Amino acid sequence: MHTDEIVQISDSGSHPHIEFEHVYKSYDNETQVVCDLNLKIEENEFLTLLGPSGSGKTTCLMLLAGFEPISSGSIKIFGQPIQDILPHKRNIGMVFQNYALFPHMSVGKNLEFPLEVRGVNKSQREEQVRRALELVQLGGFENRRPSQLSGGQQQRVAIARALVYEPSIVLMDEPLGALDRRLREEMQYEIRRLHQQLEVTMIYVTHDQQEAMVLSDRVAVFQDGLVQQIASPETLYEEPGRVFVSSFIGDNNVLFGVVKEIEDNEICHVDLDGDNRVQALAVTHHNPGDEVWLTIRPERVSIRPEKDVYTNDFLASVNDVVFMGDHLRLNVTTCGIRDFIIKIPNIVGHGGVLPGDEIRIGWAALDCRAIAREPEIVIQNKKEIQQNEEKFIS
Amino acid sequence: MLARHDRNSRFRPISLALPLVAFIVITFLMPLGNMIKESFYDAEVADALPRTIRLLNDWDGVELPAEEVYRAIATEIVVLQENRTIGRIGIRVNRVVSGTRSVWGKTARRIKGIETDDMITAMVGIDERWSDLALWQGIKKAGQRYSAKNYLHAVDLTRGDDGAIVRVDEKQRVYNTLYRRTLYVATAVTLLCLVIGYPIAYAIAHTPPILSKILLLCVLVPFWTSLLARATSWLVLLQSQGVVNDLLVWFGIVPDDGRLSLIRNMTGTLIAMTQNLLPFVVLPTYAVLSSIPPTYMRAAASLGANPVQAFVRVYWPQSLPGAASGCLLVFILSIGFFITPAIVGGTDGQLISNMIDYQINRANNWGLGAAISVIVLLSVLILYVVFDRWVGVDRLKLS
Repeated sequence: MHTDEIVQISDSGSHPHIEFEHVYKSYDNETQVVCDLNLKIEENEFLTLLGPSGSGKTTCLMLLAGFEPISSGSIKIFGQPIQDILPHKRNIGMVFQNYALFPHMSVGKNLEFPLEVRGVNKSQREEQVRRALELVQLGGFENRRPSQLSGGQQQRVAIARALVYEPSIVLMDEPLGALDRRLREEMQYEIRRLHQQLEVTMIYVTHDQQEAMVLSDRVAVFQDGLVQQIASPETLYEEPGRVFVSSFIGDNNVLFGVVKEIEDNEICHVDLDGDNRVQALAVTHHNPGDEVWLTIRPERVSIRPEKDVYTNDFLASVNDVVFMGDHLRLNVTTCGIRDFIIKIPNIVGHGGVLPGDEIRIGWAALDCRAIAREPEIVIQNKKEIQQNEEKFIS
Repeated sequence: MLARHDRNSRFRPISLALPLVAFIVITFLMPLGNMIKESFYDAEVADALPRTIRLLNDWDGVELPAEEVYRAIATEIVVLQENRTIGRIGIRVNRVVSGTRSVWGKTARRIKGIETDDMITAMVGIDERWSDLALWQGIKKAGQRYSAKNYLHAVDLTRGDDGAIVRVDEKQRVYNTLYRRTLYVATAVTLLCLVIGYPIAYAIAHTPPILSKILLLCVLVPFWTSLLARATSWLVLLQSQGVVNDLLVWFGIVPDDGRLSLIRNMTGTLIAMTQNLLPFVVLPTYAVLSSIPPTYMRAAASLGANPVQAFVRVYWPQSLPGAASGCLLVFILSIGFFITPAIVGGTDGQLISNMIDYQINRANNWGLGAAISVIVLLSVLILYVVFDRWVGVDRLKLS
């Protein structure tokens, strides 16, 4: 056992905790599952990798944990490359999607396992296990079998097991995917609390944008193996840099138009199909004649605004009204666009909108973001990547 | 109405299995019951000599029987002679008291028509052995319908003259050796199958699909081949001028005059049985191994376990139900293995089932054959119960 000591890399001062440098990963040498990934993760940061399935986010985690070799590039911990360190020597905690609790061991034995292979003595093991279980509010569960626990409890045990040996990095691969909604929300706050309480860098993979919002210091949005944007949840929501990000994080209305004129390098006037002209915030640099995407959040659209409040003021016909509890969701047709979504808060006097009504709607120019039309990202075998990744996950 | 529907739907699935149930009752349970009965119930002598046996049951066994008993047996011998069944009674009694077979024929030929008041003298006159207490005790013993004699015999025990249970003469002890040998062979074959079969199952479960299909086929094709053909081909391969020995000599591993004797002995039995039974370990083990999610090994690695620790602590325990059920199958099957040891086993590779075959097909001693069978059956059942307690039969995965 002493020939394969677990490697402890400590902070040498100037380096970020984890660093991905030009990392590429391909399973078949044809399609890149991860494409030129560059990431710097600071100590004690909570970073979420967010993206649809098949976007390469789980693969990143597997590369960091060492279960898959990287094709090129390097991954560093405190500036030291780790690609030659075997997975079991990396001292990284990992929580798996289906918990991966060893079914033939009691909860206590599951938690003792990492300590045992590290040669920790019995009394200290028991003490650490007891503390880890209390941390996830499962004190006294040592003798239960994983199969006797509910999904939420199993998840807590899995988290406790990844924390019990006090790794400085903890990876979580869609850990809440198998739980029902209520429990999932509860566990999100639990994980948030644990991260605040412990000094640990967490990397969390999910396809649930709400989960990413609740938990993260920063979110990296993945699409087709590329990081589209990496920023705090607030920035991602308020200032999405790309159309994909804007529609993946929260709901968004996306309109298409051509730039006609630009004011002060900030507000541009965009013609939609037909005669409608919209004023929008120029997020990227535009010239007149450029084709742009316009994004507008459904909750930033007002219905029946007072006259001359908004520069963007249009008529809309209501197709459908859905009661959502805390808000109403309107599906309208405006400026010749069907399925334009408006969310209005459920407050007194929201004003009885009914399907078939003709209403006036409006929004501020600053809430409408004009983003340059991106060149299409051509990845031919996207389906293949997805299959690879699914195979890999299962 | 609903209740009736409910009841009908509960019985419908069972009714589908009725042909099987009938088949099992007719071809398995009834012969089995007969066999068990045969092992402790024997009415042949009692039916042939009803009056004699009834009188002997009141006899003290210390002095010669009374005139009345001689008279009874004389009458019954005459009847048996007419039925031509006297010879079989002779054989039966001879099994209890050896060297008495000729008494019966001799007496039967000469006793007819003798009318006398002193039958004792007349019969002793025909054959002296009628004055021997041992013969009479033998007749009495053979005339008991229910007896444990087959069971005692099957474990090398017998009843002494005073009725106490003693071990048989050292030269006649054969059965206990056979049980021990069978147990030894079954254990050895089970271990060999596990040691060879587990890695094969692991390879099948963890190689790419195409390769694993080929490997699986390699396991299955011999399995689909007739047992007899395989045993015979082992003869060809393993004999002293056979392929294996030729290769060993050619490679210079053994000298030409020192060819290994691999067949018609225990070695042959072990090799051939292991090969025959290998699929019974490989298939259930493979089924279980392929159902163990790879995340467990990843989880173990992420927790800091090296590959050996991960295998021993995480993988192996989860594969136990498969490996254990395979071993149970192999063990039970090898206890009853018959054709292979008969062909490749020679004399020291014969097992208990070969003895059962001998008793039933050649020695014509069904009672003893049945008793041995029942002992073997019981030991298998006990093994099953122990196994159930230990691993849990419901956890077994057979394919």
